[in-house]
Amino acid sequence: MGKTLMGLAAGAAVLALGAGAAVAQEKMKVGFVYVGPISDHGYSYQHDQGRLAVEKELGDKVTTTFVENVPEGADAERVIEQLASSGHKLIFTTSFGFMNPTLKVAQRHPDVKFEHATGYKRAANVATYSARFYEGRTILGLIAGKMTKSNVIGYIGSFPIPEVVSGINAFTLALREVNPKAEVRVVWVNSWYDPGKEAEAAKALIDQGADVISLHTDSPAAIQVAQERGLWAFGQSSDMTRFGPKAHLTAIVDDWNTYYVDRVKAAMDGTWKAVDTWGGFKDKMLFLAPYNPAIPQDVVALAEKARTDIMEGKRHSFQGPVKDQSGKVVIPEGKSATDEQILKMDWYVEGVQGKVPK
Amino acid sequence: MSLLRLEPRGQASRVMVYLTPVIAVALTLVSGFLLFWAMGFDPVKALHAFFIAPLMSVRGLGELAVKATPLVLCAVGLAIGFRANVWNIGAEGQLTLGAITGGGLALAFYGDGGWWLLPLMIVAGMAGGALWAAIPAFLRTRFNASEILTSLMLTYVALLLLNYMTHGPYRDPEGFAFPESRLFEADAVMPILIQGTRVHLGSLFALLAVAGGWVLIARTFIGFQIKVIGLTPAAAGYAGFNEKKIIWLTLLLSGALAGLAGLGEVAGPIGQITPTVSPGYGFTAIIVAFLGRLHPVGILLAGFLMALSFIGGEAAQIGLGLPKAITGVFQGMLLFFLLATDVLIRYRVRFGAQKKAAGKVMA
Repeated sequence: MGKTLMGLAAGAAVLALGAGAAVAQEKMKVGFVYVGPISDHGYSYQHDQGRLAVEKELGDKVTTTFVENVPEGADAERVIEQLASSGHKLIFTTSFGFMNPTLKVAQRHPDVKFEHATGYKRAANVATYSARFYEGRTILGLIAGKMTKSNVIGYIGSFPIPEVVSGINAFTLALREVNPKAEVRVVWVNSWYDPGKEAEAAKALIDQGADVISLHTDSPAAIQVAQERGLWAFGQSSDMTRFGPKAHLTAIVDDWNTYYVDRVKAAMDGTWKAVDTWGGFKDKMLFLAPYNPAIPQDVVALAEKARTDIMEGKRHSFQGPVKDQSGKVVIPEGKSATDEQILKMDWYVEGVQGKVPK
Repeated sequence: MSLLRLEPRGQASRVMVYLTPVIAVALTLVSGFLLFWAMGFDPVKALHAFFIAPLMSVRGLGELAVKATPLVLCAVGLAIGFRANVWNIGAEGQLTLGAITGGGLALAFYGDGGWWLLPLMIVAGMAGGALWAAIPAFLRTRFNASEILTSLMLTYVALLLLNYMTHGPYRDPEGFAFPESRLFEADAVMPILIQGTRVHLGSLFALLAVAGGWVLIARTFIGFQIKVIGLTPAAAGYAGFNEKKIIWLTLLLSGALAGLAGLGEVAGPIGQITPTVSPGYGFTAIIVAFLGRLHPVGILLAGFLMALSFIGGEAAQIGLGLPKAITGVFQGMLLFFLLATDVLIRYRVRFGAQKKAAGKVMA
């Protein structure tokens, strides 16, 4: 946490503590609510990087505040309400479980703007945003297909929601495009951040023969396990190379910096609208961490080509024909999945072992 | 020869039983002051942001009540069991079951509810919690299996069951396959008691539980049996008290109250069933029960104190940018000092070398 933030926040707090929220608005106050600790080195950490980018870019025109480790339950509404009633004019709530609390608070504060990440409910003062994480999964799938020797890929899932399921599917489709014999085994840990469980899941998958671990949870625990065992792993949300420099192939890096800066600027100059933003590589919401030097050059070239093709619209992560586990064609040849199909995805493609928990 | 000695008291000090929690709070505040000072924050401002600022508005007080409600409901029930040496550690699971059974009715009667729906949900929530606590009760009375282990392990089963339900049968059909139920309709939501806050009917139940718990322990024969079994099981056996009956009763009661707490969350501030109903109220309630000296009124105060430590942590992060981990630090210090000062109940502190006379007696 920056010293400047402390100073600014402390000053603002003294005013806010006085007579409610009657603070003169010279600087715009922007609030962030995180589901995990900012030290998770993953999802919440990346959102906080976005917050810091706002501070850096807009300097003394803004004051930012964040609350970390906010449980997705009755507590979320209190935290959001507290931000809204203490003079924050734009509030980013960064986890799916904050959706209904955000809407409840937004109704009571029509003059405050809200942005909810990964949700689907909007209002006059509630916008939504998310990244097309699945685009990144396609690249990881291609690399995994080339790097695996055992043809078993372990996948650690958080919750079986469409965002995660579509990631598993995009990964598997790309994996089997370059390696039709490979298959994916999924372990659900029912948490976004639980290093202990994630490490256990990684060990269980390795015991089942997996030599590449992909994850959709936020801690680097599985990377550390892969490093110890001399196997491969992909990072999630942020560059996790330092937790297992040998094992870490690359990572999907969420990047909220551009988005947050743009939205705060829009709120300042009055052009802010309650829209939905769903951006991928092209929109700079998604990056890949540096490739591991151990990846052969031709594989890097393959990955880079796919990435450029996705950016230029020449490739889609769900390009038909796509078959589900029963062999039924869900997305026909010549077509690609619609956004709605991806947003509601609750089935596995061919090549994923097991069933989606229901 | 040390300058500071502990001397056993002939009898446990009544004064110290009530004074040590106050001493523990005071020591926590002093340590917090030093901690903030060492970290480079203005300690007065930081303690103000943590402990005073959240209480300066009606909404803040309301939030305190909302947060304390499930803690007090669970802790009152647990404490009655603890008095009888029945160690129900699984209030979190019983709370979760209450949310599943009571909240499930809100979904089952979605679209055709009525005035009767909420009372039915309350009964179902309590029944669900009691049912979950009945399993350890059965295993303990029938097979003498430790209820500490069974109730704790059943908590994880309950959490997985909640996960299953929110990903499956309870899932909102219009919810893009996200694991959340629909929002409850007005008939299925706890009425708000104080406008402008989130204080709901559950808080009233918590107060009733405090009063009821006190009457049970202090004024009834059952309460007498509970106390005797807890203090001297052998004496209770000679007196012909039915220990199995007390095990059943205390577990069912604590389960029902935890279930009510869970229903109160989903039908109260959350307003739907989500995969995380409680951030660990059932476990925190164990601390609350002991902090409150297993006495219902003490539990009420301890519940508020614990709630304040959660809310204060957020307030301090919003107001001053203090790390959220400070909440855990304060809770830890409080518990540490409470356990440490407990020694004063049975011992008194003496300064200076031991007197000769006492030494002679000893010899």
